[in-house]
Amino acid sequence: MRFAVIVFPGSNCDRDMYHAAKEVLGEEADLVWYQNSNLENYDGILLPGGFSYGDYLRSGAIAATSDVMEQVKVHAREGKPVLGVCNGFQILTESGLLPGALMRNKKLSFMCHQEELIVENNETMFTTGYKKGEVVRYPIAHGEGNYYCDQETLKELKANNQIVFTYQNNPNGSVENIAGIINKEGNVLGMMPHPERAVEKVLGSDDGLILFQSIVKNWRESYYVTNA
Amino acid sequence: MRKVTVFITLKQGVLDPQGKQIQESLNVLGFNEVQQARVGKYMELQVEDGPNLEERVREMCDKLLANPVIEDYHFDVEEVVHS
Repeated sequence: MRFAVIVFPGSNCDRDMYHAAKEVLGEEADLVWYQNSNLENYDGILLPGGFSYGDYLRSGAIAATSDVMEQVKVHAREGKPVLGVCNGFQILTESGLLPGALMRNKKLSFMCHQEELIVENNETMFTTGYKKGEVVRYPIAHGEGNYYCDQETLKELKANNQIVFTYQNNPNGSVENIAGIINKEGNVLGMMPHPERAVEKVLGSDDGLILFQSIVKNWRESYYVTNA
Repeated sequence: MRKVTVFITLKQGVLDPQGKQIQESLNVLGFNEVQQARVGKYMELQVEDGPNLEERVREMCDKLLANPVIEDYHFDVEEVVHS
């Protein structure tokens, strides 16, 4: 499987994402600069964390207007996996690929520590390796991770089982303790916590590796079905 | 040339922790009459005049300047007078 890690000016978790995909997972991966890029030959898109464009205007807002995001939208429409972590999640909501918005943390401070998450939906292509209700430990590192959506959207998220991860101890004020959501079609996942920083025991947790392994396993299975 | 001033505010009902903190600090300073503070953004755009100016500015707000999920906006247009 071939992953593209999209790099914007101000991305700073791109190398962690690359390391997870290439060295820990052992798949092919490239760091892809956001300008003059061509995503056609990639099977999966990884939008890393950081502060794209210095968080100017709103986090993720400027990156969402870039040409590479138009290509990510095409990729998403084709049903290929797109994972946005932290700033990547903010870019996905700003570009309309996921509903809602990420606002300033309730207590206004930047937070950087491990959080316990509950796997709410283990039937997505990103989470089949987990058990439903399983508690996993991922680090968080954000100042604007307070997920907000209106009541109508929330109802829809619940009805379609789009809430994939929730916080056990909500650190940032997110609606319904939401830590990660998926689109209706089930191939675009956005989350504030960092699975790519939890892929080796030496990092404090390797719970995030299962997420990447799930993507690869499900991609392989669907690939063999469609190309057999 | 026109000067467009855009005001972006958080929707009513959307929590504004920064505004809440400002209100509390004003109260601490003795301005007890302040019951609420909401923080927003103010932008000035210099825009070439055109037939669809207002429509274009609305489009700019919807596409980039404001996030309709959490924010409302309004704007004023005035003529730039050269001296």
